[in-house]
Amino acid sequence: MTTGGDWTRKTAAELADALAAGEVTSVELTQAHLDRIAAVDGDATAGVHAFLHVDREGVLAQAAASDERRAAGEPLHQLDGVPIAVKDVLTTQGLPTTCGSKILEGWVPPYDATVVRRIKDAGLPILGKTNMDEFAMGSSTEHSAYGPTRNPWDQTRIPGGSGGGSAAAVAAYEAPLAVGTDTGGSIRQPGAVTGTVGVKPTYGAVSRYGLVALANSLDQAGPVTRTVLDAALLQELIGGHDPLDSTSVDQPLPSLVDAARQGATGDLSGVRIGVITELSGDGWQPGVMTRFQESVDLLVKAGAEVVEVSCPTFVHALATYYLILPAECSSNLAKFDAMRYGLRVVPEGNPSAEDVMKATRDAGFGDEVKRRIILGTYALSSGYYDAYYGQAQKVRTLISRDFATAFEQVDVLVSPTAPTTAFELGEKLDDPLAMYLNDLATIPANLAGVPGISVPAGLADEDGLPVGFQVLAPALADDRCYRVGAALEALLTAEWGGPLLDRAPVLEEIR
Amino acid sequence: MTDHSPTLIPFDDVLASYDPALGLEVHVELNTASKMFCGCSTEFGADPNTQVCPTCLGLPGSMPVVNGKAVESAIRIGLALNCEIAEWCRFARKNYFYPDMPKNFQTSQYDEPICFDGYMDVEVEGETYRVEIERAHMEEDTGKSLHVGGATGRIHGADYSLVDYNRAGIPLIEIVTKPILGAGEKAPEVARAYVSQLRDLIVALGVSDARMEQGSIRADVNLSLAPKGSGLLGTRTETKNVNSLRSVERAVRYEMSRHAAVLDAGERILQETRHWHEDTGVTTSGREKSDAEDYRYFPEPDLVPVAPTREWVEELRGTLPENPTAQRARLQAEWGFSDLEMRDTVGAGALALVEQTVAAGASPQAARKWWLGELARRANDTDTPIDQLGVTPADVAAVQQLVDAGTINDKLARKVFEGLYAGEGTPAEIVEKSGLAVVSDDGALSTAVDKAIAANPDIADKIRDGKVAAAGALIGAVMKEMRGQADAGRVRELILEKLT
Repeated sequence: MTTGGDWTRKTAAELADALAAGEVTSVELTQAHLDRIAAVDGDATAGVHAFLHVDREGVLAQAAASDERRAAGEPLHQLDGVPIAVKDVLTTQGLPTTCGSKILEGWVPPYDATVVRRIKDAGLPILGKTNMDEFAMGSSTEHSAYGPTRNPWDQTRIPGGSGGGSAAAVAAYEAPLAVGTDTGGSIRQPGAVTGTVGVKPTYGAVSRYGLVALANSLDQAGPVTRTVLDAALLQELIGGHDPLDSTSVDQPLPSLVDAARQGATGDLSGVRIGVITELSGDGWQPGVMTRFQESVDLLVKAGAEVVEVSCPTFVHALATYYLILPAECSSNLAKFDAMRYGLRVVPEGNPSAEDVMKATRDAGFGDEVKRRIILGTYALSSGYYDAYYGQAQKVRTLISRDFATAFEQVDVLVSPTAPTTAFELGEKLDDPLAMYLNDLATIPANLAGVPGISVPAGLADEDGLPVGFQVLAPALADDRCYRVGAALEALLTAEWGGPLLDRAPVLEEIR
Repeated sequence: MTDHSPTLIPFDDVLASYDPALGLEVHVELNTASKMFCGCSTEFGADPNTQVCPTCLGLPGSMPVVNGKAVESAIRIGLALNCEIAEWCRFARKNYFYPDMPKNFQTSQYDEPICFDGYMDVEVEGETYRVEIERAHMEEDTGKSLHVGGATGRIHGADYSLVDYNRAGIPLIEIVTKPILGAGEKAPEVARAYVSQLRDLIVALGVSDARMEQGSIRADVNLSLAPKGSGLLGTRTETKNVNSLRSVERAVRYEMSRHAAVLDAGERILQETRHWHEDTGVTTSGREKSDAEDYRYFPEPDLVPVAPTREWVEELRGTLPENPTAQRARLQAEWGFSDLEMRDTVGAGALALVEQTVAAGASPQAARKWWLGELARRANDTDTPIDQLGVTPADVAAVQQLVDAGTINDKLARKVFEGLYAGEGTPAEIVEKSGLAVVSDDGALSTAVDKAIAANPDIADKIRDGKVAAAGALIGAVMKEMRGQADAGRVRELILEKLT
């Protein structure tokens, strides 16, 4: 265990133990990850391209400070010194934050998001900012204005989105931990297609202060990791009440780490699991359904009681989501007007402030962003509000009721995380509706504010690409996601003889 | 279209053909220490863009948190206006683009205001008009634009514009009336009286600096005319930037005459925003405001609903000051002021000062005499607000006490006030320092006593015989000699020393 490459293969929990045991310094393992990034990340044209910005100097200084704290015997957070990557949608004081958009090119925020503040306070060195679909709009990271991220399993394929950068960084061993954000599946779906773990916590369980809003009522930051235990450690670190976020939950969650450890014993006796009827059938890839069914069978063997549960309104979730999200984001994105920060395009002649706003927004926003601004503006317009936005809010209530009814019968609900494995880059770029359908299974949780986890369920037979298994729990019962997720992870890893990612191809070094 | 035809119909003729309907929207800037949704200071007059943070600048990722003190002020205003207080209400986004709006939406309230269905009784020349309040809601102020260059100081034609975001996010309460009908010829006065009484109420509540000239109270005047007796509501205009009580009255009067001219010419009134020009006393067309202007309101998803408990609302009701109109009636009766005296006192802005002076021990008439005489003159001569002359109600009461004791007379009292303006100390100290003090110097008193004894040998004999009580007559003589500026106690001592 002397080469840098080895340290990148460890889980965050293992790295924390090694640091505590004095087997390695934070500077050493941070350098190992920087070397890995230099070797495989590349740029917009080749390589994984998980990062939009790598803070080489800053992260090493933070690692050195961590080593000093440890040497001085100061009380440390368990993950102090373990490096992490942060999705470029969270503000970082002194580090560029672009949200994958040209309109924020060069903007350096003067303040930290609460999640980032907590990471810094706990002493985790921040490697850099990860790639994403522009303003988190997309399921493939192809809508990044800075070029797509590539799936480490097959670089001709998408890594999921919007948080493809965070998932790919963790899958490619460029970072042991990453933070993502999930508005309709942007943590869980990339997790599914890259063979990693992604968690969308209960709405309000993690502060949104400093998270550049896509849709405020749906957004939630959460962990992107290679194991369920690491995810639990990270959510406990970044979660908890924040007075700067009025929608933040002011009540503690049950211990997530304990739940993950309990689940890892592989015993699910007494746990009632519901398979969601509506999230299967036509359009679901056979290889995905096969791995999903095998996982369900394993949970039965572990002692769980499995039943089928119908959530009839879920078929309307996608339509509901694509009214509420554009409405909120059309308003959120109005602030990007060239007056105070970011891109400014000044047309020829003697332009007015309005001319500058128009020219900047035309040049600075990509097509998908413009599409959703137009949709949202329409949905909120006088005369259409009741038919669209108002109606969508009512259906949203019905979806929440479906969840509530289901959770009277079962402790958790399960489904495949995404209907297919990773598709080809460019395959759905010209077909927004096909792209939107990728989030069919993940969106209901955002609409209802309930937590969900995606854990690797194996590789699909037809293409040999990762499949994700989703566990949903009632609001504030995030611990159930961790328990069931950890159980499945333990049972499958035992069956496979090691983590799924061990079967990923060795990445070509491109430096 | 009507800007080019400023023909006006004489006011009296307007009323022959039309009934006016008034509506007033008053924005009150609260005097909370921090802004509506962040912790930035609200202090007036700081250097531009020094009282800002990620939230009030609308930086990406920032989020609002509601200022509880502002909610409290909103509820107190609502209660004072006899409003219902919502059990549950939300903020909403009002979406439109403007450079001085950091987020390009204003966080306001839409169909769920915190206060609704209230009223205020307005008095004009002894008649009471009930102005119904539709709603009072919370919102944030915008930044302030300064348009540099160009002839008008307006955005069109300016060379460039500067924006100060210090004001962005300052809490505002917008108070909206229902249409005020039936005021007829009194409409301009009713409008003025409403804003005036509302300002007094805000001052009494202590929730705002309530200075119209600084913009902490801003009135928008809605006006429409309908054919006399038709019972209809005509098309309205909304006149902004009306920043004094006098202007409120003038703007209503002007718009009534202008509307009538347009209607008499067979044209239609354009529903629009108009700007009031204080200097020329006219309104000009602003942006057209049709019902098609669409703010795309929707509930603010970054905030949770505001749900004031009934206990809290009742607790706040207990903190309300006396209604200023009722208070005036009570004080007038207690003080025995004539209507004219009362009106002058209120008009001089001296009501509270007189009240406090009376509380400090002076008679109402004496308090009124000083504040409306000497002190009002001083305020006028030096262009200083009457409550900032450096003279407190306690000072005035003390001066009057000295007068009542015969220690000083009115003429000397004016000298004492001059000492107070100059900050020379308390009235007693000034009397002492500047030799206005009663004489207690033994040399001068002794001479006066000797003179009194010589002039009144009979009385002196009585005292020598032991009739000490007779000393009073001699003391009176000495006081007369000394024009009241003698220490009576010392005089008595000297008399007894010399005669016993």
